[in-house]
Amino acid sequence: MKDSNKNNNQASSEEEKNRSKEEPKSGQTNSDQIIDDVTNGEYKYGFVSDIETEIIPAGLNEDVIRLISSKKGEPEWLLEFRLKAYRHWLTLEQPTWAHLNIPEIDFQAISYYAAPVKKEGPKLLDEVDPELLRTFDRLGIPLEEQKVLSGMAVDAVMDSASVKTTHREKLAELGIIFCSFSEAVKDYPDLVRKYLGKVVSYRDNFYAALNSAVFSDGSFVYIPKGVRCPMELSTYFRINSSGTGQFERTLIVADDDAYVSYLEGCTAPMRDENQLHAAIVEIIVENRAEVKYSTVQNWYAGDAEGRGGIYNFVTKRGLCRGDHSKLSWTQVETGSAITWKYPSCILSGENSIGEFYSVAVTRNRQQADTGTKMIHTGRNSRSTIVSKGISAGHSENSYRGLVKIAANADGCRNHTQCDSLLLGSHCGAHTFPYVEVLNESAIVEHEATTSKISEDQLFYCNQRGIPTEEAVALIVNGYAKEVMNKLPMEFAVEAQRLLEISLEGSVG
Amino acid sequence: MKDILLKVENLHASIGDKEILKGINLEVRRGEVHAIMGPNGSGKSTLSSVLAGNPAFTVTEGSATFHGLNLLDLAPENRSHEGLFLSFQYPIEIPGVSMVNFMRAAVNAKRKYFNEPAMSATDFLKMMRQKRAVVELDNKLASRSVNEGFSGGEKKRNEIFQMAVLEPQLSILDETDSGLDIDALRIVSSGVNKLKTEENATIVITHYQRLLDYIKPDFVHVLYKGRIVKTGGPELALELEEKGYDWIKEEIDNKF
Repeated sequence: MKDSNKNNNQASSEEEKNRSKEEPKSGQTNSDQIIDDVTNGEYKYGFVSDIETEIIPAGLNEDVIRLISSKKGEPEWLLEFRLKAYRHWLTLEQPTWAHLNIPEIDFQAISYYAAPVKKEGPKLLDEVDPELLRTFDRLGIPLEEQKVLSGMAVDAVMDSASVKTTHREKLAELGIIFCSFSEAVKDYPDLVRKYLGKVVSYRDNFYAALNSAVFSDGSFVYIPKGVRCPMELSTYFRINSSGTGQFERTLIVADDDAYVSYLEGCTAPMRDENQLHAAIVEIIVENRAEVKYSTVQNWYAGDAEGRGGIYNFVTKRGLCRGDHSKLSWTQVETGSAITWKYPSCILSGENSIGEFYSVAVTRNRQQADTGTKMIHTGRNSRSTIVSKGISAGHSENSYRGLVKIAANADGCRNHTQCDSLLLGSHCGAHTFPYVEVLNESAIVEHEATTSKISEDQLFYCNQRGIPTEEAVALIVNGYAKEVMNKLPMEFAVEAQRLLEISLEGSVG
Repeated sequence: MKDILLKVENLHASIGDKEILKGINLEVRRGEVHAIMGPNGSGKSTLSSVLAGNPAFTVTEGSATFHGLNLLDLAPENRSHEGLFLSFQYPIEIPGVSMVNFMRAAVNAKRKYFNEPAMSATDFLKMMRQKRAVVELDNKLASRSVNEGFSGGEKKRNEIFQMAVLEPQLSILDETDSGLDIDALRIVSSGVNKLKTEENATIVITHYQRLLDYIKPDFVHVLYKGRIVKTGGPELALELEEKGYDWIKEEIDNKF
């Protein structure tokens, strides 16, 4: 049903393409109109899969939390953790400080657990619902191991449950643990208990408390001392069911001298309703260890009038507590109706390094309030922030970032570069930098620019034979290049295509 | 005589409510070099913009035929594919987009227009190397962003380099000499001369006779208040250099 809808959409955009080709280009062309057309591309992951799914009734109370916990067969301590978080959540209000207009969310109208129905026993590939495999295939994420390109291990999360994790055995030989969060709770309870909530406490904020109470699944990664993970680890998150939220939790631990590059991708069907995604990512980086965390976020963003789309309210934070430890966040954000997300680094180790590279695209009625926090408490810790906002249509795109240097943290440095690119004249770009420096030896730099794709640039490209649509893609990719270069190879190509698709439109 | 490449008849064009071109007539044959001179504000750059299809201007009257095609009906990119090239007075910067990617997009868009397959990376880079030599551009150019951080001279050399790559039938050089020192002027004009054949044509828009010492025109036109008011041979440029534009202004202003 949904599939045929999608095809219709494509057909109509073809028609539009042809129509605009017929119109002569002489006379005054409104460049805003061109940009609007160019930035009105279709969302191609908007299909719904027909998969037998177990969904618990909507609503949230202690019984629901007990139900989730018992469905997952969790130990008592984890249930206690959830209940404490829930009781704390009840005392909190939704934050309102972001530059976002968030419609009221009825937390009792959401179902907090939805999982593809699966058989018990060891997860062999042929026991996975073929429709599930097809879904991930359509998303370009092959789960069949023989087809998985070498150099990438995948964990696939559909709604509230992990579907399949590939390459586990191969990784296990090196002592690397890469599995779904639920399995980690069962198989490595001591590790999970040791680290869970240590970077993002359930008391951290409203959505973190909610997640801590109801989180369902996610990925768990542990890289032992001295091990360089030989392949990219990646998790693909997919919301499929209607009326649900996704509350996943990712925990990554890199022990001394370990290295891992971790990728995360997200998509959801097109629906008129808004769906809530409130995740937590916690990362712990020990002595001389390095973690690269890359995100290509492409949740459904709602339609041109702002109907539907995902609310992406996520708390991501890493603790660089080892000396010479390093954490890099790289994100390409093109999806979600509303994004509220600040991947952060607490740099408590001496000479530790935090990096944040971000491209955030908003169009139509999308809103994004995103950025980072770099908290320097370790001596000689350094951080780099490069944020590239791209706004089109009637969207609002804000960068919000905190750089904090503690009183006893000598010799710290930060460089922040914060650029905004406006496509058209109905969108907004905003920058909210917060700088708190309590140590005189710190060197903190902040650079910011705002620019527009000018009619001159488009005409220059046109004159050289480059059509407007291609010119916009070229200019936007050029603008985002500094960040795109930080993505792992396999992901960079995907992200570049995503950037082009999300700006793809109907100019012939 | 060679056949007509560009024929402009009674061309009127405005920006907003302001009419700038008030009836231009111009005929350019293959193999010819035309110079268009005139005082500031006479409409020289507007003429080049309108011919290239800059959407900021509206054509209100008249016609332009380009090797048999109705030029004014073509989208700017298609005018480019059909062989019209404009060397910009102020080349535009495109940060983060390397010259290689930019030219590759341009070359392949043209090939697509003529239903030809895209050029392989090897062939393309080889061609870039050859064309670079025309204007003595160094090989760092390829990795640099389009016009970003280029000096005035480099920008103009880069324009002629692009012209060499795209092999246009008609090149319009809009004030290519402005902001050039004598060495850059020599490099740029020798590049233009190397690219000149019996089949293509060049329109040189300039304030000064200086450029015409290097690029020899067959015809010199004087543009004033949106019309071509005088046409002559190369000697007209020398006369203008000597006497300035005032005598022409007086002649015309008395007539109208």
